[in-house]
Amino acid sequence: MRHRYLKNVATLAFNEGKCNGCGICLDVCPHAVLVQAGKKIEIRDKDACMECGACAMNCPFGALFVQTGVGCAAAIIWGALTGKEPTCGGNDGCCS
Amino acid sequence: MNETTSSVSTNSKPMVFQITEDFSNPMDSVIQTSSVLSLPDYLGAWKARWGVKRMEYKISPGLYRLGEAGPDAPVLVTANYKMSFDYLRRELTGLNAWILVLDTAGINVWCAAGKGTFGTTELINRIAVVGLPQIVSHRTVIVPQLGATGVAAHEVRKRSGFKVVYGPVRAEDIPRFLDNDMKASPDMREVRFNFRDRLVLTPMELVGILKPVLSIGALLLLLHLTGLVTVTWSGVYPYLGAVLIGAVIAPLLLPFIPGRAFAWKGWILGFLWAVLAIYLKGGPGNGWGLTADLAAILFVPAVSSYLAMNFTGASTYTSLSGVKKEMKLAVPIQAASAAIGLILIFISLIKQGVL
Repeated sequence: MRHRYLKNVATLAFNEGKCNGCGICLDVCPHAVLVQAGKKIEIRDKDACMECGACAMNCPFGALFVQTGVGCAAAIIWGALTGKEPTCGGNDGCCS
Repeated sequence: MNETTSSVSTNSKPMVFQITEDFSNPMDSVIQTSSVLSLPDYLGAWKARWGVKRMEYKISPGLYRLGEAGPDAPVLVTANYKMSFDYLRRELTGLNAWILVLDTAGINVWCAAGKGTFGTTELINRIAVVGLPQIVSHRTVIVPQLGATGVAAHEVRKRSGFKVVYGPVRAEDIPRFLDNDMKASPDMREVRFNFRDRLVLTPMELVGILKPVLSIGALLLLLHLTGLVTVTWSGVYPYLGAVLIGAVIAPLLLPFIPGRAFAWKGWILGFLWAVLAIYLKGGPGNGWGLTADLAAILFVPAVSSYLAMNFTGASTYTSLSGVKKEMKLAVPIQAASAAIGLILIFISLIKQGVL
């Protein structure tokens, strides 16, 4: 069974003008969000994006943008309560 | 180099290379390893899954030699979380390879990459520290795909001369990937989150809430022993069930529960459980009384909803924007529902004359 998360929330953005179609983003995406479309790439399934940021990190031309961060509820609550940036290290929760 | 390496056996114990006169020889600091995991390796992994000394479960960063790796052997990069290293080498049976272990403070590849400790700078530095250019004749390093959130391949190439090739998500696909000219098929690129993947994460979810559960349990026991309140098993188990549902059942049944938000998935299971518990006690108003029934209906789903929501952090497909969106709605409801539920518990205890 395929996991699907909330619709219309992912911050993934693509600037076609900057893309030269090298395709490294296709290699690093863990959810097959992007596809090759001729000499460029294209967003195929934006709702599958988990905002890991691998594509943006590896795009040599800055054609992709994603707002990344810790997607852990406890970390977000802790961050909101203490006024600090949410991190998973502080509460010894999910990340190890 | 061959003179130095040929004398080293490939037994399962990590073995430090003999120090020679020439201290600048990078082979001196290479550590021999094997693809065979020993019982302590499996035991250590099991303990780490339960959170026992999990943050200290690490190995020394550096270059490890698997089998009879020579100058042409591939270089696989990983984190210094011992479970990451062990699961990688276990999948490399019969292969000769170099394993470059980065210093990620004992955190796995994906999480460390998210924080940047498994990252461009550490990779470039580690390549230099171990003297990789003197050890291998090629200029390629295989970085696990999930490390890509922290590594910029073009930067690594520019600054170290090494080309980054992204390997498969799962270590088990590495032999196939190497045979296939270092090309990953689409299925090797996709992250899964199947039943087993979720199952191994649930112990940590339980350990995470052990403290509050034990504290409340101790408090109830104390009240019971002093005679202030009579605590019965039938009064407690619906709430213990709420914890189990949020931390274990909801994660396991995740894709089968209708809806998308984790908080919702936990809530609906918790609600069904509360209703079931009430009917097991003879129906509304018959078992614990109507006030206590209402308390369970409010408190139980709030707990399982909150705990299920926390599992977003361990899942492999939720986005930060999505988690924030569901929390905006869910957290106030959980808090209000739990608070009213708690008040009703007290009212029902007073009504029954036990408080």
